[in-house]
Amino acid sequence: MQVAVDSRPDVSRRRTARGPRRRPSSNAPMRTRLTSHLTGWSFVLPASVIVVGLSIFPAGWAFLISRQKTDLISPAQSVGWANYRLMLDDPGVWAAVRHTLFFATLYVPLSIVGGLLLAVALNRPLRFQWFYRTCIFVPFVASAAATGILANFVFDPDFGLANNALRILGLPKQGFLTDTNQAMLVLVLISLWGSIGFNVVVYLAALQDVSHDTVEAAIVDGASGWQVFRYVIVPELRPVTVFIAVWQAIEAMQLFDLVYTTTKGQPLDSTVTIVYYLYQQAFQFFHYGYGSAIAYGVFVVTMAITAFMIWYSRRSGMEAF
Amino acid sequence: MAVVAPRRRWLPFSGWHLLLMPTALLFALPLVWMILTSFMPDGDINRFPPRFIPSRISFTGYHDLFNDSDIARWLINSAIVSIVAVVSHLVLCSLAGYGFARLRFAGRTLTFFLIVATIMVPIQLLMIPTFIMFSRIGVIDTLPAVIIPWLASAFGTFLMRQFFLALPVELEDAARLDGCNRLQLFVRIVLPLARPALATLAIFTLLGAWNDLIWPLIAINNDKWYTVQLGLANFQGMRRTEWSLLMAGNVMATLPLLVGFVIAQRHFVATMTFTGLKG
Repeated sequence: MQVAVDSRPDVSRRRTARGPRRRPSSNAPMRTRLTSHLTGWSFVLPASVIVVGLSIFPAGWAFLISRQKTDLISPAQSVGWANYRLMLDDPGVWAAVRHTLFFATLYVPLSIVGGLLLAVALNRPLRFQWFYRTCIFVPFVASAAATGILANFVFDPDFGLANNALRILGLPKQGFLTDTNQAMLVLVLISLWGSIGFNVVVYLAALQDVSHDTVEAAIVDGASGWQVFRYVIVPELRPVTVFIAVWQAIEAMQLFDLVYTTTKGQPLDSTVTIVYYLYQQAFQFFHYGYGSAIAYGVFVVTMAITAFMIWYSRRSGMEAF
Repeated sequence: MAVVAPRRRWLPFSGWHLLLMPTALLFALPLVWMILTSFMPDGDINRFPPRFIPSRISFTGYHDLFNDSDIARWLINSAIVSIVAVVSHLVLCSLAGYGFARLRFAGRTLTFFLIVATIMVPIQLLMIPTFIMFSRIGVIDTLPAVIIPWLASAFGTFLMRQFFLALPVELEDAARLDGCNRLQLFVRIVLPLARPALATLAIFTLLGAWNDLIWPLIAINNDKWYTVQLGLANFQGMRRTEWSLLMAGNVMATLPLLVGFVIAQRHFVATMTFTGLKG
């Protein structure tokens, strides 16, 4: 199977020079073009079928379902845009949106600032650097299920380490995940613990590319450590920061696993996030049509936020994507 | 606080330790406590102030875990899912990545555009129709239902394509002149060069497949086919406050990746450094 996809002249010249392997005939170009199409498709077809078949096709179908009332047992009824109208009037949706936004507005900035700070610290030649790096990365490997179960234990109001730490500091016991006012904050802390390692690794990687010459020039010019950080390093890292911000914003909008393994939306529905609400509607109450409408709502809002962040970074002259 | 190592080695103690030491302990302590608790006898647990070090080493937690739950089965299920996911990802995504990077065929641009577009589509949008589709073809509530979505991914295809685009073409030209066909060329010349990209892909796929919770939760009902994450999440509801048992389960679910990570740590950071993750 000799494939001539290349039109580079030197290749064809050499090929003919090697002898009469393939005499040029009138239909040869057509045949080789066909072979090259077939070769290409045989490389990409399996992955393409799986990826496209399990996303574009179901995404289209989800839209059809979102305009139906269906529990998968009785026949589906077409209801037009009723599910979407219902969504806009559903206080449950708006409560879930508020909880999710509360989570995101704390989690995303903290994970960026924390990740950058730790990456800068870990980038320095320090004793115990290997130990520090291992400790900070390791929670990233733990699953959301394991993290959730462990968090239930650490933040157990009666027997947990967290209340013990407060006792040592002379502070009163807290309810943590059982307290309506604290549960979401505790989820932010747990998420930071579990995923800041990712941001640290990405920032560490990016710090390797910060130009040493620029940094040294700034030092020679008498810039202080803080000034170098603020005016040389932070601007150079901006594309990475945009990437991390978009990534973590999407993660925050989709918070589910941790809620499922810790509070299940309790106490008093104070930790029901939008994806958790969608899961309840679809897979606990069997409102598949309504669930799909909410899923489309989440999708559209996520796309809008992502697009805004990319547009904003472009406008400010950062080449992130 | 310059990034380059300044010639100030005479500062033996750096203020950074004051930030890093407490942070590192804060990150590591819960996991250490998890491991220690899994070895605690019943008397050490559910008391305040809590014990950090077990009074004696006890295997009751592990014993009860393996007796009262199907954890062995769940671990095997997770192992099957993860191994199939990693192998399939490595084969299909590298083939497709190479095809999109190097081969010319009708519909290439459109197909690649479609694949990249799917990165934007979140799982929540897909899970309801996929659930219905899998119910209709009869794979729901079986292990294949968990495996099929992990056979290939847009991210993997994109990652491999970016990597292959960056490889010099000259190597391949030389091999083609020697009469290699595309597949031979791919297997003998290109793949060996792609080891760092393949390692990255394997790590991310393993992490994702082993740790996945939401899709197994929806696709699996029969506890025979639970993955270890789903099994533990549901088992927790039945055995609240039996912490040595639950922590033993956590150790079993985390240990394979934890050990792998500590061994491969340097490599892990290096591959993360290499990838296009930098945006």
